[in-house]
Amino acid sequence: MCLAVPGKILEVEERDGSRVARVEFGGITRPVQLDLVPEAQVGDYVVTHVGFAISRVDAEEADRTFRILEAMGLLESEERGAP
Amino acid sequence: MKYIDEYRDERIARALVADLARRVTRPWVLMEICGGQTHTLMRYGIDKLIPAQITLVHGPGCPVCVTPLEAIDKAIHIASRPEVIFVSYGDMLRVPGSRSDLVQARAAGGDVRVVYSPLEALKIARAHPERQVVFFGIGFETTAPANAMAVLRAQREGLRNFSMLVSHVLVPPAIRLLLSSPQNRVQGFIAPGHVCTVMGYREYEALSREFHVPIVVGGFEPVDLLEAISLLVAQLEEGRAEAENQYARSVTREGNLEAQAIMERVFEICDRKWRGVGLIPRSGLRLRPEFAAYDAEKVFQLEELTAEEPAECLSAQVLQGLKKPTDCPAFGRRCTPATPLGAPMVSAEGACAAYYLYRRQAVAP
Amino acid sequence: MEDEPKTDFSCPVPLPARDKVLLGHGSGGKLSAELLREIFLPAFRNPILARLDDQAIVSVNGLRLAFTTDSFVVSPLFFPGGDIGSLAVHGTVNDLAMGGAQPLFLSAAFIIEEGLPMETLRRVVASLEEAAASVGVEVVTGDTKVVEKGSGDQLFINTSGLGLVPEGVNLSADQARPGDRVLLSGPLGDHGIAILAEREGLEFESPVVSDSAPLHTLVAAMLEVARDSIRCLRDPTRGGLSSALNELAGRSQVGIMIEEQAIPVREEVKGACELLGLDPLYVANEGKLIAIVAPEVAEAVLAAMRAHPLGREAQIIGTVHASNPGTLAMRTALGTTRLVDMLAGDQLPRIC
Repeated sequence: MCLAVPGKILEVEERDGSRVARVEFGGITRPVQLDLVPEAQVGDYVVTHVGFAISRVDAEEADRTFRILEAMGLLESEERGAP
Repeated sequence: MKYIDEYRDERIARALVADLARRVTRPWVLMEICGGQTHTLMRYGIDKLIPAQITLVHGPGCPVCVTPLEAIDKAIHIASRPEVIFVSYGDMLRVPGSRSDLVQARAAGGDVRVVYSPLEALKIARAHPERQVVFFGIGFETTAPANAMAVLRAQREGLRNFSMLVSHVLVPPAIRLLLSSPQNRVQGFIAPGHVCTVMGYREYEALSREFHVPIVVGGFEPVDLLEAISLLVAQLEEGRAEAENQYARSVTREGNLEAQAIMERVFEICDRKWRGVGLIPRSGLRLRPEFAAYDAEKVFQLEELTAEEPAECLSAQVLQGLKKPTDCPAFGRRCTPATPLGAPMVSAEGACAAYYLYRRQAVAP
Repeated sequence: MEDEPKTDFSCPVPLPARDKVLLGHGSGGKLSAELLREIFLPAFRNPILARLDDQAIVSVNGLRLAFTTDSFVVSPLFFPGGDIGSLAVHGTVNDLAMGGAQPLFLSAAFIIEEGLPMETLRRVVASLEEAAASVGVEVVTGDTKVVEKGSGDQLFINTSGLGLVPEGVNLSADQARPGDRVLLSGPLGDHGIAILAEREGLEFESPVVSDSAPLHTLVAAMLEVARDSIRCLRDPTRGGLSSALNELAGRSQVGIMIEEQAIPVREEVKGACELLGLDPLYVANEGKLIAIVAPEVAEAVLAAMRAHPLGREAQIIGTVHASNPGTLAMRTALGTTRLVDMLAGDQLPRIC
């Protein structure tokens, strides 16, 4: 349930009293309402669901934990002798 | 796509699987709660990758599957009215009600339209002041804030022709029900990452403590799920029972407070029947009385329309993780995605449909 | 509540009554197949129809003619990369081309909704004519009907096509054999997403454009290098790659295994699909083909495809095998395998 996709905020504008962002998802851009994530800024990644941002991706946290996973992946494939 | 592609990395997945294989010493039964997570598990064959001692059962995490019969019947009733434009997410269209579904309501002349966002429903209402636009507000906590925003917008703009048929459901009460059942054999849970993005995971901490069961908030990509499974197995092997957060790039303990505040303003908790499960107290959301003008149940004066829940459909046992779809004698025979007997076969996220689409036969040549 | 289900237990939610035709019956998936099986095939019982190829190949006085028909109901009428007029030519030309035929003549029948602006009709007809001229076919006969406002969605076009199948060319959906390779001429999903984008106002950094194109010269180039070793051709239109390969697997009674990593999909199409919860395997294409070829010619045919403007991004995406006949499976990016089933009806965008 809950198909929510992360995308990058390219632009933010005020429209009818709320902030709307132009968000990029792998080559396609869509307008996304920022009412639920008022602190989001241009350059941030937001997780979006049915046209609304529901969270701001914690880039530092993601980076940190991903590097651990990546190291794990490299180690494992070295041990297996895989390319 | 960033934050998606790298979580589908084969090497990392294999590393996690190898790690899992080293950790596990006994059989464990785990449940993922969210239909989107079920979809990923089936689509990538993750249940075939992980060590055989780990059994994955699929929980009631598909709001489509658990939307009660009455809600669908009410939807069809409203959609069949000539003055109504009935607007819904695509997910709900083919879910069978007592006698029909929204696709057939459309074939019979109802104006039923699919949208990707409640904001589109508002757009339709503005464009057609002469018609009554009714939006089918289903979903878990993830979708409730957006639907709440739509109601607030409608109110702010003074729209007179917009209302919502609300059938939101909340996850923690369902988990509590499962855990309280004497038949429960699930030893660890993957909590739904996008529900928790909105709600945080404090409720799951409480459940974990009360029932002494590990709960890990998980994301939706293969690496997320494998990591979540790893964390659960680690806890189980070490005899711990805590709430942990694998999906930290989107989920915090407190969740999205802004979204929660908006939900609180527009919705109140109510009892809700879950299809295939029954009535779970305080497990649903309905519009607060001050939004009566936007409440389709009140606008259309739908008397407490009840539908006879079929006496024990295997759906119930599948949704509670007691049976696998393949245990059902109707699976793949009388019950297929084209001719569904129950909701889990219809929804792309339903356990039965996921099995049907991805696993009907052993596929290795 | 029963603790153990009885063996004949089944969910008592009633089966939906099948007394009306649904939109899903037109989406090229299982419901469409059901309509064929239950209504059309029993009525028009003959061995040519029963082959269920994209075209009918009939022998007349020693000549093999390919004959096909297709109706076009696309909305919106104009979209990036084409319109209903050019689509009406390409679709029928491609059905002929999938039989290896050289397209010769088309008919064009128009069903027009009262009130359609004359300018729109002019534009569509001009586009149809331009597409036909490009291909080198003539529209030699046609028909026009006008229906009352509300009885048709602006404009429907039916085109039928006649072509000549060269000697020695024998393509048919039932000829795939274990060991054969599956080739795809280019990225999936462009047409379906272009249409959706136009309808829903999706914006792209670089716009997704329909791939609507005539494939007969690509087919000719392929036949030139391996006329006897190409088993069948299919264009994955509505229902996408999944429907086409499932049908081939069914007709040939073989299993087909495709590799997720080998299947080309444009970045923008991938993004749109992620966002809407769609799977590119089920999205329509209008300028792509699938070829099932003998393994020894796979590389040569691939090279011929890549040398042609419509096949630059061609890939070998899978193999035919003997197990699980009638099924299509995919090896995922994680190395596991899963079934790729035909959808029942339309693929609906989802929030779940």
